[in-house]
Amino acid sequence: MTRRRIDRLTQDDVTPKELWLKRRQILAGLAGLGAIAPMGARASDEPLEPNTFEEITTYNNFYEFGTGKSDPSKNAHKLQTEPWSITIDGAVEEPVTLDFAALSEIPTEERIYRFRCVEAWSMVIPWNGFELSQLLDRVTPLPSAQYVQFETAVQPDNMIGVRRKVLNFPYREGLRLDEARHPLTIMATGLYGEPMPNQNGAPIRLVVPWKYGFKSIKSIVRITFTEEEPFTTWNDLNPSEYGFYSNVNPNVDHPRWSQATERRIGGGLFNSRQDTLMFNGYEDEVADLYEGMDLTVQI
Amino acid sequence: MSVKDGINAAARKFPTWPLYLAALAYAGWQFWLGLSGAWVEPINTLERQYGEAALTMLIASLTITPIREYLRINLIKFRRALGLIAFFFVVAHFLVWALLDVQSLSRVWADIVKRPYVTVGMVGFVLLIPLAATSANRIIRKMGPILWRRVHKLVYPAVLLACLHYLWLARGFQIEPIAYFVVTIGLLVLRLKPVKRRVAA
Repeated sequence: MTRRRIDRLTQDDVTPKELWLKRRQILAGLAGLGAIAPMGARASDEPLEPNTFEEITTYNNFYEFGTGKSDPSKNAHKLQTEPWSITIDGAVEEPVTLDFAALSEIPTEERIYRFRCVEAWSMVIPWNGFELSQLLDRVTPLPSAQYVQFETAVQPDNMIGVRRKVLNFPYREGLRLDEARHPLTIMATGLYGEPMPNQNGAPIRLVVPWKYGFKSIKSIVRITFTEEEPFTTWNDLNPSEYGFYSNVNPNVDHPRWSQATERRIGGGLFNSRQDTLMFNGYEDEVADLYEGMDLTVQI
Repeated sequence: MSVKDGINAAARKFPTWPLYLAALAYAGWQFWLGLSGAWVEPINTLERQYGEAALTMLIASLTITPIREYLRINLIKFRRALGLIAFFFVVAHFLVWALLDVQSLSRVWADIVKRPYVTVGMVGFVLLIPLAATSANRIIRKMGPILWRRVHKLVYPAVLLACLHYLWLARGFQIEPIAYFVVTIGLLVLRLKPVKRRVAA
């Protein structure tokens, strides 16, 4: 059993938006003047100050709605989220389909997580959701089941990126079953206490905070238990750049850029880079999942 | 007077300095957008805006000759401005990358050596330096037309490297870098044609 992370942070711990916005402006100004330049400041040393709702909802990768960072916020209003259901199938005794009403009955809690994109930028996001294991417990997996695969909705009429075949859609991701059942792994249905905005993966998405952001698949319609490592979209496109595990790891570079540092969104034009943390700062919680694995090979 | 003659007459009267002014204004405006918080991620956005402006201007400079060959419209007096503006945006793009994005000289060097897409972009940049350095009238006269033209053929590998640099950066199937590449190839192919005609004759 992995150590359980007790998350006591709540909405009350979130600094009011106006207050910290002002604070950040002052910091950005000072940094610009060279008064403070915390080169290589450790991310774990600073308190987790969430990014603004606007930052989180206007700077997204959601290739179904275009490849530009602001495309999802412009195009995702077309996403049809009603009706919505998730089918859980594959190597299970009996598949189930849960509609959104059934999913909404699961109590949610707030989780303030670091979010590290494979493109070397990061945010802090106050998610609302529930542990994925609660959903997985709705079915009885066959003893042979080792992995779960997730699948995003495909709505060609509503998704410009799908029509342009930007990727091999439907977008698919996967986890080993023990990763999926880890208490840090959540299904998020909202952020900042609001229902999940479309561009962030409405109505329900995965969040795996110690992995690169593309693992946290959006707008999920299917969860399939599998015996073998499942097909995952980016890994299929370029396995040397996007491993199946894709744990945040400052020591293993993306072939095209370094992963040693990251830029926290929201620091302005003179923002400093900060060191990327092993497992995105969740090493104490998740390192034992990978005991005996060479993480420079099994990326 | 035909449309073509009209454009040619207007082009003769139109000065080139407004192009430089427009480029400076655009660069300054983009910098201001980055500074004022108009973009969620200003560093990467500014870097991209300057990079795309550089490639666009480089491609624009390549349209001058085919426009003259095929449409008989002479805009050659603007070509030097387009080329220098392209170079100016390449420098701006490089500076934003080095100073604001990577933020450390050792990492700048490491990236140039280690990351192929950066290497390719850097080589393209270096190839453009002799072109920018030989754009003053005095130097052009000193070099003579044959040598000058030979040196300025470096724009062809430079623009191809710039396209490759952009293509290489993309994740997934993205339209913009492919569009820039296709247009560039088209403009280069147009240059092959007159040679063939001469050979056939």
